[in-house]
Amino acid sequence: MNKTFLIIKREFLVRVKKKSFIIMTLLAPILMASLIIVPVLVTDSGQQKRLIGIYENTTSFAKEIEDSENIHFTVFDDMQMDEFIKDPEGSNYYALLKIENDSYSIYSNQQVGLNLRKSIEKQLEQISERNKLKQAGINLDIIEQAKTNINIETKIITSEGNTTSSSTEASIGIGFITGILIYMFIFMYGTMVMRGVIEEKTNRIVEIIISSVKPFQLMIGKILGVALVGLTQFILWIVLTIIISSIAEIIFFDTTEITNNLDSVDQSVILNEFTRLTGGINLMLIFVSFLFYFLFGYLMYSALFAAVGSAVDAEADTQQFMLPITIPLIFSFILIQPVMDNPDGILAFWLSIIPLTSPIIMMARLPFGVESWQLLLSMILLILGFIFTTFIAGKIYRTGILMYGKKISYKELWKWLTYKG
Amino acid sequence: MKDILLSAENVVKKYGDYTALDNANISVPKSSIYGLLGPNGAGKTTLMRIINQITAPDSGKVTFEGKTLNKKHIKEIGYLPEERGLYKKMKVGEQALYLAQLKGMSYNEAIQKLRIWFERLEISSWWNKKVEELSKGMAQKIQFVVTVIHQPKLLIFDEPFSGFDPINASIIRDEIINLRNNGTTIIFSTHRMESVEEICDHIALINNSKTILEGPIEKIKNDFKDDSYEIILDTNHLTTSESFNIVSNLENKFNIKINDSSEIRDILNFINKNHNIISFKKNLATIEDIFIKSVGK
Repeated sequence: MNKTFLIIKREFLVRVKKKSFIIMTLLAPILMASLIIVPVLVTDSGQQKRLIGIYENTTSFAKEIEDSENIHFTVFDDMQMDEFIKDPEGSNYYALLKIENDSYSIYSNQQVGLNLRKSIEKQLEQISERNKLKQAGINLDIIEQAKTNINIETKIITSEGNTTSSSTEASIGIGFITGILIYMFIFMYGTMVMRGVIEEKTNRIVEIIISSVKPFQLMIGKILGVALVGLTQFILWIVLTIIISSIAEIIFFDTTEITNNLDSVDQSVILNEFTRLTGGINLMLIFVSFLFYFLFGYLMYSALFAAVGSAVDAEADTQQFMLPITIPLIFSFILIQPVMDNPDGILAFWLSIIPLTSPIIMMARLPFGVESWQLLLSMILLILGFIFTTFIAGKIYRTGILMYGKKISYKELWKWLTYKG
Repeated sequence: MKDILLSAENVVKKYGDYTALDNANISVPKSSIYGLLGPNGAGKTTLMRIINQITAPDSGKVTFEGKTLNKKHIKEIGYLPEERGLYKKMKVGEQALYLAQLKGMSYNEAIQKLRIWFERLEISSWWNKKVEELSKGMAQKIQFVVTVIHQPKLLIFDEPFSGFDPINASIIRDEIINLRNNGTTIIFSTHRMESVEEICDHIALINNSKTILEGPIEKIKNDFKDDSYEIILDTNHLTTSESFNIVSNLENKFNIKINDSSEIRDILNFINKNHNIISFKKNLATIEDIFIKSVGK
């Protein structure tokens, strides 16, 4: 046991110390954080306080146009307009809105933002519309009352007889993301295990090591070491994403005092919306299941990846054996969509029970609600699947790592399975 | 006879239809250097893997100090395989420590012993180098250290000198002899027959999955002696008698075989009477001759 621990430690440290690991671990959260921060930042920069002058001769929009949080309108006379056009930089005003009959134009010394233009256009359209309706003799109150907004709330009746509201969009989103993450992780770390086995074999260090430990210890040590690498990376990603985005938030948003107040309101709105959307989804269950399916899905597949690595002399030769491993993975990946279209269908049920496809498919099903006996059965079968593949892989591995220069066929692999100790 | 450290009795190992070892028998005395000889594919590596418990025999018995071989014996055995390598990206010291700890040494013990060996072989400056920066011969030295570091009772070297230049090969040979003198038992397999004669006390010859010869080297050599002598004269002619035959002749060099009833002293006197003898010596069977003769049979 002590020796297996030594192997796990080496496999873990060697990979964690690699430059590529450090770069990946740091870069991904920065990317994630920027995905969160940048859109907010972009909309926020449009919220700078703007002063805009309105010049009109025949119309009277200025009376009705309303200031918003960030846009303040002032009526310009001829002199102010001339002054602004002559020297826009020296002026306090950001832009000039000029309305002549049916022609609307905005003047500025810089490119006027799309958001600003759109919001002014919208106001002008509304004012113009209202005026036209009034002229036609229509009571605006009736139109106001006729406006209806309908949102269908989906409710799920749980086994306890309670109802919870849920959002299909949120379920689809969570199902997709977790399913795809598991697919990616299994491939990434499974290949990592396979490369490690091939490296030991081509290095010829493997015989030195297995004169001290059992081949099975070496294999399982490698698999668990890489699993720890995966978990470390995953946890670091989450922690770093949170840290980076909160630091970025402080840097970018705290300085603009005007929006500070607004932001907190906005955030709580976002938070409220998030809790509303995910209200019917048991997020804790999904998180725990994600860790479970990630870990055991990886463990089951990586044993097979290790067996493939042991049977070949170079990575280029792995293709023929990779096929049976990649098919169920790609198959489940493709079937995420159909499964989510009918998350309680017979296809979804079986695919989420069978160990080879369950890690991905069950994650896709979970946000829609899965009966606990199904989840439990799927988990137990996955653990059994892991024990089974590890047993098979161990037998192939044991013979494979000592075989050199031989083209291995499936028939040969089958023979290895039957060799004695 | 000395105490037997390791013995294998009727060991059979099959891979599918292929028989790698067929009733192999060896017994390795304590504090000896035991040469395991045989042509390629004879089953030497399989036997060594069985002793190292990398694979298990299908039938037969292997005992270590009189007890059936088991997992506890792993730390008593050091193995330097023929196909050997190290992790290329790992630092030398780190890697040596790892491999020593896998043999069951504690961290402190390993680091202390490694320092001593590294100084002794004058390779201390490599401690922080990556293995990929070393030459093949340098890496071999490290593998040697890693094999012997945990002071096992039995050391198994498969082709230990391959990859070494003559200077380093002699350093390693001296270290092997030194280990034997300090009580370690060594099994070693090689194709280089001159190194067998130089350092081995016992040999076993494996051919076609079977041990065909086994025993102390002097006894085997004696078994293969054939009462032939080499004579060099000052002429190209040798007068013969009934008591011996000329087996071969090249100018003034003759190989003769004496007849069973004759005494070598009489023959020598007889030749001495007729010719001037430049040299006269008994032909001893070399291991190479024995090897070729036995395998060729």
